[in-house]
Amino acid sequence: MSTQTDFRMALLDPDRPAPPNLQDGRGGAAGRRFAVYRNNVAVSLGEALETGFPTVAKLLGEQNFRGIAALFLRATPPQSPLMMTYGSGFADFLAGFAPVQHLGYLADVARLDYAMRLSYHAADAQALAPEALQTLMSGDLSVARLTLAPALRLIRSDWPLHAIWRFNHDDGPAPAPRAEAVLITRPEFDPVPWVLPPGGAVFITAILNGATLGDAFEAASTDTPEFDLSALLALLIQDQCITGMESQT
Amino acid sequence: MLDRAFPNDLPALPGVGYKPQHYASIIADPAPVGWLEIHAENYMGDGGRPLAQLRHLAERFPISVHGVGLSIGGDGRLDADHLARLKHLCDWLNPASFSEHLAWSTHDSAFLNDLLPLPYTDATLTRVADHVDELQAVLGRRILLENPSSYLAFAESHWSETDFLREVARRTGCGLLLDVNNVFVSATNLGLDARAYIADFPLDQVGEIHLGGHDEDHDDQGRPLLIDSHGAEIADPVWTLLGETLALSGPRPVLVEWDNDVPDWPVLAAEASRAARALDPLTKVPA
Repeated sequence: MSTQTDFRMALLDPDRPAPPNLQDGRGGAAGRRFAVYRNNVAVSLGEALETGFPTVAKLLGEQNFRGIAALFLRATPPQSPLMMTYGSGFADFLAGFAPVQHLGYLADVARLDYAMRLSYHAADAQALAPEALQTLMSGDLSVARLTLAPALRLIRSDWPLHAIWRFNHDDGPAPAPRAEAVLITRPEFDPVPWVLPPGGAVFITAILNGATLGDAFEAASTDTPEFDLSALLALLIQDQCITGMESQT
Repeated sequence: MLDRAFPNDLPALPGVGYKPQHYASIIADPAPVGWLEIHAENYMGDGGRPLAQLRHLAERFPISVHGVGLSIGGDGRLDADHLARLKHLCDWLNPASFSEHLAWSTHDSAFLNDLLPLPYTDATLTRVADHVDELQAVLGRRILLENPSSYLAFAESHWSETDFLREVARRTGCGLLLDVNNVFVSATNLGLDARAYIADFPLDQVGEIHLGGHDEDHDDQGRPLLIDSHGAEIADPVWTLLGETLALSGPRPVLVEWDNDVPDWPVLAAEASRAARALDPLTKVPA
């Protein structure tokens, strides 16, 4: 076994002894000096996870979060030096983690936190100018296809996901039990989570899959007869989410 | 590639490790700060605020890119995806300098987010030199390699750290980044003489000097064990060591690093001013 294999195994497992070839610089045993590295790894990655999942951290409290972060680290150490992507598997980990099964919404909250982070780092894109949008509105909407900004994200949940987010970040009211889909927009640099009206997630999913506006509207209306297209389009325009449009196939 | 209206190399002035919360203050009045250093891995997203801020800062300041995730001392191959990301960033930014660490942080694809220590053996030397060669070939530029802060030593080491770094520089043509706080921390922790380390360091290869704060703990025998925390003001003995270093090396770009418990801008600017005062006597023409 190589030195670095030994070193890594002992770093991530506090029950393993430090490798025997480590010294204090004066010929003596390294003793607790190895714990400095163990601590650096656990603390720096725990803090990175906490920074990346602020709503999960708030819901769990610092002590619980640090404990779960340590277990997550041992189960799945990061596979990339990009801390901005650390925790891509955290939602799935929480979904399968028995001690938090009573918090059924927690995995979806983790998905929302992660999607907010990805949105923050997503590519910039120029929104269509108002004149181009006016052309869109005056033409045959049903055959138009929209391109949406790369920073846009959609999270569908069986839980009041947006209300949970607002309760933890904006002093929103206590969440009432219902399913919510959240649309993340990024008007400039700061991602904003919006709760989608009924049918909205079906519509956005269809648009993201390349459907025409007509087909996306039909899908959303089939799902939700009272689906309100104009309100959703207004949000997409206001938050500069529409970056391209073509009216022919 | 970004265009610049100023000479694109690191001046022998104070720089600071850039933190986004200082953006407005730095734009308004950088005071003694003549250049900025960024951690490469924080600017590898596709867009958004980090890259927009960096684009604006690069129009005003020489930028040093400091990699913290390549694992040059790793016993496996360098991460090809990460090399490509570093190249992409450097091709776009055309930074004044690029530096990385004599350390490892990735093993079997697991990234451990710390700068982990290496035994100074012939085998390590060959591996590190090969990795530096590969990195310099990919980036198409000379890099600087930084001395680590150490909390322990390896029984099998038979090179001194200074000889090891000198030999890596000789084999690869790379330059060196001398972290004076790391020297002080390692010397204290391993029972070495910091001044002797500096005197033996290949100062002619040094393209940049780092300073940072450390915390104090104790080992099993109650001896001081200094932790390179980058979370406090630079300690007085480290300033003294900086002065002694600069007297031997001549003026160099000097960076103040403060990465944890980051203070408000005036506190960091005051540290940079202290670095400016350390550099000042060297830039005066002797009478």
